[in-house]
Amino acid sequence: MIDKFNIGRRGLLGGAAAGAMTLGLGGTANAQKPLVLGFIYVGPRDDYGYNQAHAEAAAVLKKMAGVKVVEEEKVPETVAVEKSMESMINLDGATLIFPTSFGYFDPHMLKEAAKFPKIEFRHCGGLWAQGKHPMNTGSYFGYIDEAQYLSGIVAGSVSKSGKLGFIAAKPIPQVLRNINAFTLGAQSVNPKITTQVIFTGDWSLPVKEAEATNSMIAQGVDVVTCHVDSPKVVVETAERAGIFTCGYHCNQAKLAPKGYLTGAEWNWERVYVDMVESMKAGKAPGNFVRGGLKEGYVRTSAYGPAVPAAAKEKADAAKTAILNGSLAIYKGALKDNKGNTVIPAGTSYVITEPKLEGMNYLVEGVVGSTS
Amino acid sequence: MNATLERIAVPTLALLASAVLFGLLLAFYAHVDPLEAFALMYQGAFGTWFSWQNTLTRAAPLILTALCTALPARLGLVIIGNEGALVVGGVAAAAAGIAVSGAPPLVVQTAMAIAAMVMGGLWIAFAGALRQFRGVNETISSLLLTYIAIALMNHFVEGPLRDPSSLNKPSTWPIGDANMIGTIPGMDVHWGLVFGILACLLCYLFQRFTTWGFAMEVIGGNPKTARMMGLDVSRYVLLACAAGGAAAGLAGMVEVAAIHGRANASLAVGYGYSGILVSFLARHHPAAIVPVSILLGGIGASGGLLQRRLDLPDAAVVVLQGIIFVAILASETLYGRLLKPKAAT
Repeated sequence: MIDKFNIGRRGLLGGAAAGAMTLGLGGTANAQKPLVLGFIYVGPRDDYGYNQAHAEAAAVLKKMAGVKVVEEEKVPETVAVEKSMESMINLDGATLIFPTSFGYFDPHMLKEAAKFPKIEFRHCGGLWAQGKHPMNTGSYFGYIDEAQYLSGIVAGSVSKSGKLGFIAAKPIPQVLRNINAFTLGAQSVNPKITTQVIFTGDWSLPVKEAEATNSMIAQGVDVVTCHVDSPKVVVETAERAGIFTCGYHCNQAKLAPKGYLTGAEWNWERVYVDMVESMKAGKAPGNFVRGGLKEGYVRTSAYGPAVPAAAKEKADAAKTAILNGSLAIYKGALKDNKGNTVIPAGTSYVITEPKLEGMNYLVEGVVGSTS
Repeated sequence: MNATLERIAVPTLALLASAVLFGLLLAFYAHVDPLEAFALMYQGAFGTWFSWQNTLTRAAPLILTALCTALPARLGLVIIGNEGALVVGGVAAAAAGIAVSGAPPLVVQTAMAIAAMVMGGLWIAFAGALRQFRGVNETISSLLLTYIAIALMNHFVEGPLRDPSSLNKPSTWPIGDANMIGTIPGMDVHWGLVFGILACLLCYLFQRFTTWGFAMEVIGGNPKTARMMGLDVSRYVLLACAAGGAAAGLAGMVEVAAIHGRANASLAVGYGYSGILVSFLARHHPAAIVPVSILLGGIGASGGLLQRRLDLPDAAVVVLQGIIFVAILASETLYGRLLKPKAAT
């Protein structure tokens, strides 16, 4: 990690020096003014999680010709992010801003979008609505529950105790979709399997995440996954205890060379490269961009050494079925873990179904409560 | 040495020493040209009109939360529950704003401010009461109260006050655009800055020119003497705690009414903790809180530029803040020793 930083720093220093020289040359530089992109992260960009998934994609953009990327990490969801955006626009000349955290959208990004109508803002989270929000804003998001379903298949195949664990931040729809998809995937190979869920209450609480992992291990859980900003603590704790993990956000195989099975990853590069290309072509990037496995916005990590061939086959078959549209993750009859029918028999939802956006239940087989 | 001169010279020396130390760290640990870094910091904090507004916006909540430590400190208390008072103030403000949202904006805003100040004031006064009547250390109790405050906020934001349409970031109902307090005319800084400066001014005048202010100083000097003189120590302690808590609560109201338009987890982002730092750096002097807040606001504002231009981690400015804090505390020992004439010893 330290090596990576040093190289980055040197590289950037060089870049800064070159930048200073171009400034010195004055007007001549204007001819090939680079497209400046501003990335803002809510946590550290080497968190093995949500922020790293974005930073890895930003690193790809840095290599594109005529593109300059400026980044800020650990920016809270307050007026600070408004000022970071303004600073990128005013002092760095950024024309396309990616505020990547969910809470940056309303009111912060919307306020800045009104203030700078010529700057494009694209937010990660899927909140943008035509007619409601300005056209220089937009959102992009991925149906990562599709990848979670595949993770669940692998987890369900590998688990001997039939008990999976899911450490989650908050019982909000995004998280519930992941817990349910993971469980449904596991149940597709072993109908009796259960998922123990623990909500820690916030996005980054390493101590609680470690405690939750340990208590799950004590209860006999043998595959654990999570939805928190950084899965690092969960994955490392599980590896030390010798149980299996499925990753989230980005690839954590390095942290658990033995026990890492697979994971649900974002592939933001797909989204960002498209957006940058359209900016370079003089067009505004899409306003409402969403996709799943098919569009390549999400993917699963390469299988770890502990995954048996049979499990790989099952997961690959499900992936093919999701890609050709023959497999629906959420279909009736589906009951929640309190016995209520949440999707009636005969009904099957496509992944884009708006009703899924307001999910407020845990499916049968999940041990835990949303409140 | 002249006392006033000393009060300026010692912190200035401490700041210079911090800058040198930070510069050495930059040069030999981070391998960055310190002069370039300082130039960028200046540009990011004070170099342009935009930078100034950025700095002042960041300073505003610190001024108010710093008073939460500074006012009780006058009586010898060490209160560090600023974050909790801000959070309960913010939630109370949102609740009040929602409750009377139909009324004219000025009424709504006043109700929000009062609710926030009362809640924040009661919160810290409770820590003061625990100390005066139950012998509980106020530093510990006020810190622990912060955790309770955040838990309560989560309860209200995710429960009774939750706007069901705030799916993935639980928040209270909005107070409505019409009820927002907006920015100071002519600049892009919210009214929290004015509230903060006025509060510091009032506190300074109160401490300097009223008998109550003088009584508080006496208590801070020696509570036993004060008691023997017939001063009702507990009453003054509760009053100072309540006033401090009210200031932090008002900071919470400003967050809701000027920035978020609702209460949610973004209230607890550490303004309260930074306020403690400001208060200590200002040696709990209300008039010094304003410049110190601006200094720290400026350091915060420049952090982004350091990240973007030099690829330094976000922690760089936190390290600088830490160095300044230690340097200022260490420099306490210089008072009375600086340029002390040899003959006088």
